[in-house]
Amino acid sequence: MSAILRHELSSYFTNLSGYVFGAFLLLFAGIYTMVYNLQSAITNFEYVLGSMSFVFLVIVPILTMRVLAEERRQKTDQLLYSLPITMTQVVLGKFLALMVVFLVPLAVIALYPIVLSAFGNINMAASFGALAGFFCLGAALIAIGVYISSITESQAVAAGLCFVIMLVNYFLGDLANMTSPTAFGSASLLVLAGLVVSMAVYLMTKNGFLALLCAAALVGGTMLAFGLNSAAFEGLVSTILEKLSLFEWFYIIINGVFDLRCVVFLLSVAGVFLFLSVQSMEKRRWSE
Amino acid sequence: MIEVNHLCKRYGNHTAVWDLSFHIEKGQIYGFLGPNGAGKSTTMNIMTGCLAATSGEVRIGGFDIFEEGEQAKKLIGYLPEQPPLYLDRTPREYLTFVARAKGIPEKEIPQQLNHVMSVTQTLDVADRLIKNLSKGYKQRVGIAQAILGDPEVVILDEPTVGLDPRQIMEIRDLIKELGKDHTVILSSHILSEVQAVCQTILIISKGKLVACDSPENLERLFAGTATVELVTEAEEAEIPAILAQVPQVCGSSVQRRKDDCLVRVELEGHEDKAACRALFFAFAGANRAITQMTVAKASLEDIFLELTQEEKEEKAQ
Repeated sequence: MSAILRHELSSYFTNLSGYVFGAFLLLFAGIYTMVYNLQSAITNFEYVLGSMSFVFLVIVPILTMRVLAEERRQKTDQLLYSLPITMTQVVLGKFLALMVVFLVPLAVIALYPIVLSAFGNINMAASFGALAGFFCLGAALIAIGVYISSITESQAVAAGLCFVIMLVNYFLGDLANMTSPTAFGSASLLVLAGLVVSMAVYLMTKNGFLALLCAAALVGGTMLAFGLNSAAFEGLVSTILEKLSLFEWFYIIINGVFDLRCVVFLLSVAGVFLFLSVQSMEKRRWSE
Repeated sequence: MIEVNHLCKRYGNHTAVWDLSFHIEKGQIYGFLGPNGAGKSTTMNIMTGCLAATSGEVRIGGFDIFEEGEQAKKLIGYLPEQPPLYLDRTPREYLTFVARAKGIPEKEIPQQLNHVMSVTQTLDVADRLIKNLSKGYKQRVGIAQAILGDPEVVILDEPTVGLDPRQIMEIRDLIKELGKDHTVILSSHILSEVQAVCQTILIISKGKLVACDSPENLERLFAGTATVELVTEAEEAEIPAILAQVPQVCGSSVQRRKDDCLVRVELEGHEDKAACRALFFAFAGANRAITQMTVAKASLEDIFLELTQEEKEEKAQ
């Protein structure tokens, strides 16, 4: 694993990508610190991090697009498969390298509240808590990016897909407010979602029986639950969407509540997507 | 050293490898031979763990490549068809990465690197970016990667493709050199190459193993009838009568040329020397000179064509 980590790190820092990523993050941190803390004289550093979280929409796709897709295109994945290392080590090594690239600018940003505290009353706990939340959010989003890069051969497709998913995730909180709050509306949306999931199962497995079974279970389950307790469906979709948005969990920390559940949730998302990336790399050996 | 048992690989409806079984002994050079699309690369990819088989097993030094991949992969060095190079690195950086991934102790890496780079003659380009190297050098860096860490088995997929004749000679010499203390498996669709370096040839056609023997044995096995080509001053009409005097002749064809005849004679059995004598004296007795005479033996080329052709005919039936 350390071989992969060192190899990846040297590639981030011999070409521009590592520096561009850092510069981009620092540029926005600088702009927002100036606007919030210096011009408007707000003492909450966490707002800077909250507002600049949208930079992930741009930098995560660019940073992660090549990580596994390029290996496949250049056929260097054959080297990785034939070396005495496991795919878990490969994916973890690559992810850790990305984390190092991410932590370098974060270490610089961590100096901001310390510098600012010389000129005003900064809440250090809230600032550094927000910074930790920012790191967890970044880790989760980067893991998603790594997974997307593992399912395609083309960097452009990986970047595009990743951007769309980041964008949807970013606006999921706003989207949640627009869904129907009535119990019937929620139930219909869930039935629709169940059908979409079954369709996806069919497309991925080409197994009609399995897809039908899946549809019957999801749609039937929803209807049954609706029949038993329709009151529970009020505003359900909106709640689910909100819980699915990684950014919403991050905003809880930004608002001053360092809820450990947020950290656990974000880090588990990272873990799940890294696991999926390993599986996706293993699967390539079967379908190639 | 390597056991391959009943290996099958299917891509959807297409069968790439069908029920392939063979054993590879230690310390020899093996050649995989087959036309394009015969399943050579697929077999090699499965043997090195790059690809999963539909069924069957591969054991390397007793370790199953799927179940005990890490131990099995420590024993092999693999050069795929397209050398897996990181183009924005120098050979030295690239090989350092491979050495670390192979678990070579940090202290030994510079020495090992120097060794493989001097063997593959890539020391001159060690600090240039791989993307700026010529195809021949890229191939050599690929081979350097495969032999790094001194694995017991070196598997090379078409190692001389795209090289110029001089480089091909050098790579062949390198492979022969490697064969002295490693087991080497290489694939090729070029016969002379396999014939020149390999001690055992495995001919694969349509995903099946059709022959596995030394080049000499294969030649002996398939040398059924010998053909003699001769050019004579005799007239077309007199030739059948002359040939009738030679008992070994079992078929012939005559081709009239400007001022002589090209006669193709098929001989029974392997005693072509006696037959040639008889032919010579038969023509001499008729007072007709033979100006040219060649004995064409069944070469590996013919065996190869025959073996891979049979498959097609079987399919047609």
